[in-house]
Amino acid sequence: MTTPASSTADNHAWLRRQARWSPYELAFWLAVLIPFWVFPTYLTLASQIAITALFAVSVDLVLGYAGIVTLGHAMFFGLGAYAAGLLTKAGWGEPLSGLVLSGLLTALVGLLVSFMIVRVQHLALLMITLGLGLLTAELANSLGWLTGGTDGLQGVDVWPVFNHFEFDLWGYTAYAYALAALFVGVAAARRIVHSSFGLSLRGVRENLNRMPAIGSPWRRHLQIVYTISAGMAGIAGAVLTHTTETVSLDSLSFQRSADVVVMLILGGTGRLYGAILGAAIFMIARDQLSDMNPQYWYFWIGLLLMLVVLFMPKGILGGLSGLLRRLGG
Amino acid sequence: MIGNLAIVLFDGLAFGMLLFVLSVGLSVTLGLMNFVNLAHGAFAMLGGYVTVLVTRELGLPFLWSLPAAFIVAALVSVGFERTLFRRLYRAGELNQVLFTIGLVFAASAAAAYVFGTAQQPIQLPQFLRGVTEFAGLRFGSYRIFLIIIALVITGLLVLGLEYTRFGAQIRAAVDNQRAAQGLGIDVDTVFAVTFALGSGLAGLGGALAIEMVGLDPSFGFHYLVYMMIVVSVGGLGSIAGSFVAASLLGIADVAGKYFVPDLGAFMIYLIMIAVLFLRPQGLFGKR
Repeated sequence: MTTPASSTADNHAWLRRQARWSPYELAFWLAVLIPFWVFPTYLTLASQIAITALFAVSVDLVLGYAGIVTLGHAMFFGLGAYAAGLLTKAGWGEPLSGLVLSGLLTALVGLLVSFMIVRVQHLALLMITLGLGLLTAELANSLGWLTGGTDGLQGVDVWPVFNHFEFDLWGYTAYAYALAALFVGVAAARRIVHSSFGLSLRGVRENLNRMPAIGSPWRRHLQIVYTISAGMAGIAGAVLTHTTETVSLDSLSFQRSADVVVMLILGGTGRLYGAILGAAIFMIARDQLSDMNPQYWYFWIGLLLMLVVLFMPKGILGGLSGLLRRLGG
Repeated sequence: MIGNLAIVLFDGLAFGMLLFVLSVGLSVTLGLMNFVNLAHGAFAMLGGYVTVLVTRELGLPFLWSLPAAFIVAALVSVGFERTLFRRLYRAGELNQVLFTIGLVFAASAAAAYVFGTAQQPIQLPQFLRGVTEFAGLRFGSYRIFLIIIALVITGLLVLGLEYTRFGAQIRAAVDNQRAAQGLGIDVDTVFAVTFALGSGLAGLGGALAIEMVGLDPSFGFHYLVYMMIVVSVGGLGSIAGSFVAASLLGIADVAGKYFVPDLGAFMIYLIMIAVLFLRPQGLFGKR
C-alpha cells in the first residue's frame, strides 16, 4: 500500500520519465541540420517544411491531444502571417519581436474563439471551425485595402535577425530561423503534453463524460490549449511572412486547413513528431510531383488517406512504433 | 425594386431547392448512423457526369438522363457503403471525415482525368430554355422546373417517411437505433437502402445542377461546404429542417451576391456560425 503523498511523488517521477529527451529525438534534431551542408539547393523547401511542421504541431496539440477536430486552423496561421506582414509595413521590421507580437495577437483571437469551441461537439464543432476559417478568408479577401486582396500583401520589409543575419536568397538564414522556431515550438509542446495538464487533455479526448465527474475543469483546459495552439499557429504564419517577405490569401485558405489535418493523420496524431514527419512527407512529395497536374496529385493523396485510415489508424509513425514494438518482443 | 426583390427571392428559392435535393440524403444518413459522409459530394458529381454521358454519348433526352443519374449514383454509393464505409461506423468522426474526403479527392482527380477540367455543357429540351413571363416579371423556365421537381420530391419523402412501413422504420432508427434494433428492425438493411436513396438524390441533384451552376471536377468539393451547412443548420435527420435551411441558404446566398456583392459568401458563414452557436443541434435537430 502506498500513502497518497508517496503516490503523488511516484506520479511526478513518472511524468518526468515521460518528459525525458530520448536519443531518437536528439538524433532527429541533429539530422535536420544536414540540409545546411548536403542539400543547400533545397534550403527553401526545407524552411517551408519546418514552418508547416510547426503549424502541424500546433494542430496536433488541439486535435491529437485534446481531441478537438478542427477544419479551420489556417485562420490562425493566416492571421499571424498578415499580422507580421502589416507590422513590417507599419515600419517595425524587427523579426523576433514581430513573432512575439503576432503570436500574442493570434492567441488573443484564439482565446475569444475558444469560448465558442468548447460549447459544441461533433458535427457542429466541425462546421463552426470550418465556418470560422472560411469567414476569415472571405474577410481578408473583401478587406482589399488592408490585405492587398488577391494580389497579396506586397512590400514586406524584414530587418536582419539580431541585426546581423540578413534573409538571403539561398535560404540559409530562413532555414535556421524556421528551424529555431520549430525547435522552440516542439520544446514548448513537449513541456505541455508531458505535464499533468497534458494528461488531463488526453482525458478529455478519451472520455468527455468522465472528466467533469472527477472534478476536472475540462472547459478551461480546452480553452487554454486552444489559445496556446492558436498562438503557435500564428507564429508559424509569421515565420512564413518573415522568410518569404510576402503574404497571400492562400495562407488563410481552407486548403491549408485541410492539408495540415491530412499531414497530421499521415504522420500520426498525438505524438508531436508524427506531425513533423507528416509535414515532411507531404511537402517533399508535393515538391517532387509538382510537374504533375495538381488535379492528379490529389488522386494519390486521396488514395493514401483512405489507405492510412483503413489500415494504419495511428498514422505512419504510430504504425512504425507498433512494428518496432512487435519486433522487439 | 419590388420586381427585383421578387426575382431575387425566386432565384434564391430555386438555388435553395437545388441545395435541398443535394443534401437531404446526407441529412437522413447522418441522422441514422452518425456517419459523416463527405463523399456525398462525389456522388452528386457522379450524377452530373452520368447526365453528361447519357445526353451526349447516347443522345438520349435530358429528362431521361435524370433517372439514370439517380440510379447510377444510388448503385455506386451502396457498393461503397457495403464494402468500405461500414468499417468506419464505429471509428471517430475524424477518421470518417478523412476517409470520405480522400474519396472526394480521388474522385475529382479521376473526373479531371476522364473528362478534363473544363465545364461540361448540356443540351436542354426546348421547353426548359428561356424565360416564362408572369405578371410582367421574367422567370427562368428551368428554375420553375427545378422548384417543381424539388417540391414533388419533398412531398414524396414526407409521405414515404410518415405513411409507409419503411418510413416508420427509418424514423425509429433515427430516434433510437438500439431500441429499434431491439424491436427487430434490421437497421443495417434500413441504412443501406436509405444510403442508396440519399446518394441517388444527390446524383439527381448533381444532374439538375449542371444547368444552374455548371459541372467541373471541383463540383464535389465546392458544393460539399453548402451541403454540410444545410445539414448542420437544418438539424440531422430532419427533412423539414433541410428544406428550411436550404431555402434560407439559397435565398441568403443569391440576395447577398445581388445586393452586397463585396461581402461574397460572408453572410452565409456568419449565419451558420450564429445558428450553430445558439443551437448546436441545428434548427430542427433533436440531439
